[in-house]
Amino acid sequence: MSTPATTLPSSAPGFMSRSVVVVGLAVLVLALAMAAGPRYGALLAIGMGFGLALEGFRFGFTGPWRRMMLHRDASGLLAQLICIAIVAMAAFPMLASNGAEIKGAHAPIGLAMIGGAFVFGASMQIVMGCGSGTLVNAGSGNAVAALALPFFAIGSFGGAYHLTWWTSLGSLPVVVLSGTSGLAITLAGLLAIGGVAIFFGAKDSWRIPRRYWMAVAALAGLAILHLMIAGQPWGVVYGLGLWVAKGAVAFGADLSGSPFWAAPGNVERVASSVLTDVTSLTDFGLIFGAALVAWWRSGLGAPIGTYPVRAWIAVVIAGLFLGYSSRLAFGCNIGAFFSGIGTGSAHGWVWFVAAFVGSWFGIKLRPLLGLEGRT
Amino acid sequence: MTRGHIVFITLLGVAGFIGLDFASSTPLNPYAAPPLMSLGSGLAATGAHCAAPPPSN
Repeated sequence: MSTPATTLPSSAPGFMSRSVVVVGLAVLVLALAMAAGPRYGALLAIGMGFGLALEGFRFGFTGPWRRMMLHRDASGLLAQLICIAIVAMAAFPMLASNGAEIKGAHAPIGLAMIGGAFVFGASMQIVMGCGSGTLVNAGSGNAVAALALPFFAIGSFGGAYHLTWWTSLGSLPVVVLSGTSGLAITLAGLLAIGGVAIFFGAKDSWRIPRRYWMAVAALAGLAILHLMIAGQPWGVVYGLGLWVAKGAVAFGADLSGSPFWAAPGNVERVASSVLTDVTSLTDFGLIFGAALVAWWRSGLGAPIGTYPVRAWIAVVIAGLFLGYSSRLAFGCNIGAFFSGIGTGSAHGWVWFVAAFVGSWFGIKLRPLLGLEGRT
Repeated sequence: MTRGHIVFITLLGVAGFIGLDFASSTPLNPYAAPPLMSLGSGLAATGAHCAAPPPSN
């Protein structure tokens, strides 16, 4: 087993530099806790933890799906399923006994939801980053992700703006698995998907590397902590759309034409500080955490990749699709797949199937768009 | 251009956005803030989530 995540070049920052930066981030968290409230400081710290874990252990959601399809490497997908199972085992009892304080990532299955998940799956493979992945990659110096991120946010705003129209095309009532039986069905479903992954995976690809186990432990622990503190599961894309909504209102835009953005709760969030929005804080933390790891590894001197113009145009369009489709799909890999299944929402399962199929098309599109050598 | 430049631009963008928002949004008030833990607080969660169904027309 290789351990590239822990191999540092000789030019890595020294102990003093690292100490100053770590203390600086801790002061940032404490300052936010004092200025806005302890919950908000804690959520920023949790977001940093997510960023540290994802970038530090080189774990994510897009890459493992790609490796499963291209190389029949099931290890990353299995690690994701185990992580969701751990979160579910903690979340289901909490939701059952504290339903007034804690809510799940529960959304309806619908036509637009399925289509959105499919498009999101394709787009995330083009950009090589899902919701959390785009933030982490941008934070660690990936130019493709950094370009996609603002368009991801614009798309998220637009998707939310039109969300009620899309859901009116046809949606089922929200279906939620709950209690002991719901948890048993969820774990059985995860086990079944894991079995399929092992069946189609290459020999020995079921062996999960140590760094994935460490990522699973860190992400599951942080996700459960997030649920206990925020009262809701980890999510990503609402915050991105909120940033654009705030910008639009600052420039005089009138959002009253959108049932979504005109809803009282969203009007209040647009007016309130972004430092009190749950998903925005963890999104910022993801970027900060990933940047810290990238700097810690001293990998910031590497040149960015060179791509043809059509590749950069494709990244912009895929970024818009990522944002727009994730709102129609009621979440990205985190909000729908990870947190949806982890808190018993049936839409998380449908999201997974649709996005996985979409990913196959995205993988096929990448070389055609100039984002990699043709295979 | 290096990855370091991308990180710098990204962090600058985030910091700039937070700064502008801080100047234009409702002032922070830690005395009206929710408790650290939602679990056990007796208060309903009020944060927004991407999975939340939209308001009806």
